[in-house]
Amino acid sequence: MVDPLTPVLTKRWTEPRSWTIETYERTGGYTALPKALKAHPDQLIGQCKDSGLRGRGGAGFPTGMKWGFIPQGDGKPHYLVINADEGEPGTCKDIPLMMADPHSLIEGVIITSYAIRANFAAIYVRGEVLHCIRRLNAAVREAYAKGYLGKDILGSGFDLDVVVHAGAGAYICGEETALLDSLEGRRGQPRLKPPFPATSGLYASPTVVNNVETIASVPFIVNGGSDWFREMGRDRSPGPKIYSLSGHVTNPGQYEAPMGTTLRQLLDLAGGMKDGIPLKFWTPGGSSTPLFTAEHLDVPLDFEGAAEAGSMLGTTALQIFNETVSVPWAVMKWTEFYKHESCGKCTPCREGTYWLVQILQRMVAGNGTASDIDTLLDVCDNILGRSFCALGDGAVSPITSGIKYFKDEFLALCDQNSKVLAGANA
Amino acid sequence: MTQAPENTAFDQSTADRAQAIIARYPQSRSALLPMLHLVQSVEGYVSQDGIRFCAGQLDLTEAEVSAVATFYTMYKRRPCGEHLVSVCTNTLCAALGGDEIYSTLKSHLGVGHEETAGEPGTPGSITLEHAECLAACDLGPVLQVNYEFYDNQTPEKALGLVKALQNGEKPAPTRGAPLTDFKQAELQLAGFFEGRDADLDGPSAAPETLRGAKIAQERGWDAPQVPSSVEFPALPEKK
Repeated sequence: MVDPLTPVLTKRWTEPRSWTIETYERTGGYTALPKALKAHPDQLIGQCKDSGLRGRGGAGFPTGMKWGFIPQGDGKPHYLVINADEGEPGTCKDIPLMMADPHSLIEGVIITSYAIRANFAAIYVRGEVLHCIRRLNAAVREAYAKGYLGKDILGSGFDLDVVVHAGAGAYICGEETALLDSLEGRRGQPRLKPPFPATSGLYASPTVVNNVETIASVPFIVNGGSDWFREMGRDRSPGPKIYSLSGHVTNPGQYEAPMGTTLRQLLDLAGGMKDGIPLKFWTPGGSSTPLFTAEHLDVPLDFEGAAEAGSMLGTTALQIFNETVSVPWAVMKWTEFYKHESCGKCTPCREGTYWLVQILQRMVAGNGTASDIDTLLDVCDNILGRSFCALGDGAVSPITSGIKYFKDEFLALCDQNSKVLAGANA
Repeated sequence: MTQAPENTAFDQSTADRAQAIIARYPQSRSALLPMLHLVQSVEGYVSQDGIRFCAGQLDLTEAEVSAVATFYTMYKRRPCGEHLVSVCTNTLCAALGGDEIYSTLKSHLGVGHEETAGEPGTPGSITLEHAECLAACDLGPVLQVNYEFYDNQTPEKALGLVKALQNGEKPAPTRGAPLTDFKQAELQLAGFFEGRDADLDGPSAAPETLRGAKIAQERGWDAPQVPSSVEFPALPEKK
């Protein structure tokens, strides 16, 4: 039986000066790298496939399979790009990871780059997290000084350069193709797929884009093996996962538990609801994942469990709201966010979010009518699946799920106005 | 082009830094985002001169650089104060008090979003903005000064902080390095850290961050034992 909490990525965080290379090496860091460099790159891809590791950035795509898509012997340079543009509302796992243990990410970057035969890797970090960027830069310098980066790493003949790249404040750059455009020095707007980054990514060359938590897991998988990794979690979603609890909970924080842990179990560890005020709604994986309610406390939080219950695992960003919070207000605030962050490329998302905000603001101000609910759903229907990237899809999630579970609350906002209108028509 | 343009705020050392940024990347245009941060470290915003400087360094047109500079929230088109105060007003922080913090600071400073109280660039001047999710939700409500984190804020704490900044004090962030100013933060975002090694030691992991790991320690919970030796899978057969 596996323990309720399984600190792997978070274990080193409690060490004094955890971010230094001395601490990292003293606690088993950079022991996976020499093993990996002695293996054939395809063996590393095979091991990652066997482990069942799935992307921790939200979509859950099998990581080993993504690496395997990179064409080999094509004569083109290959690139690894780390998506550290953490900004999905509620998500707060990658920033603490990079602040407390940047070397686990860097060791993962070196191993992954070797596996996909890349000689240049970029870590794209959102710009607003200066301390994190400092720590990463320092860790990269330390790794160069120790011969873990640069030419002929540990005598293997493998070369790798890593650059830490600060973004400039755009949620959309967390979308992998927008991130690549941004890294190329352009406006961060998504590209039409296909072609996928695996064949046509950074500088139109084969590129793997992976999330921070995903790549930081790689050294542990090399050291522990795929069977060890699979001892945690569930069959199709194995491994440990950092669950980020925030909001109206007694002890918010980062809890690393096996995939498939439920909110009820996590709340128990986090001291329950704050001040005993009952749970009303929550997001399983950031604001782009449809809302859950108190009915969903026992949903196993892994990719399958969340999907079967009508939402998505996303980034396991559990934003928890109690009974004092108005759902239409929360939905309005999230919609204001999506409107601000829509990059403007696709009409349904750009125009749709613009109108959704106005309708919701009107409703929350008490000037809505019941027909506004239909209009909201109609606009949502015209955004979902009709834009290049998932931002539009994410934008409609809080609205459609909010109306699904809390329609009465939206109707209550309109009650007064419906009566006035009925009177006027009489 | 490696020479600094004439009659601007951008001297030879800035031009040298711009070239150092370009050298980090396989293709020069990738240097544009860090270079715009560099420009802000000189002027406190992205001016038309700054646009021209980047265009010259990268052999791009001014229109190409402007298109990029106007896309991103962190590039300011008007001069910023000594400090930039960003209050998270996304849903979760807002529900925990973020909206109230923002309105308190707004009325104290007498300015709105992306406006500056005081003469921009002078000591004690402050640019206020409301920010989207800052990825510190377990520590909410949060605000940032020059992109350093001040966690678990209240309207009173935030007001005290802003008053101290106006008086020329630099209260330490909850997580991060000793506070400097907006321009110096932008220089670090451009990737220049010379002489600032001590900044690394600033606190990082908040108590909240470590809660899960600490509970596991206390209760003796751990991941399964790692096997003593691990074999890599055999090489897949060539198809």
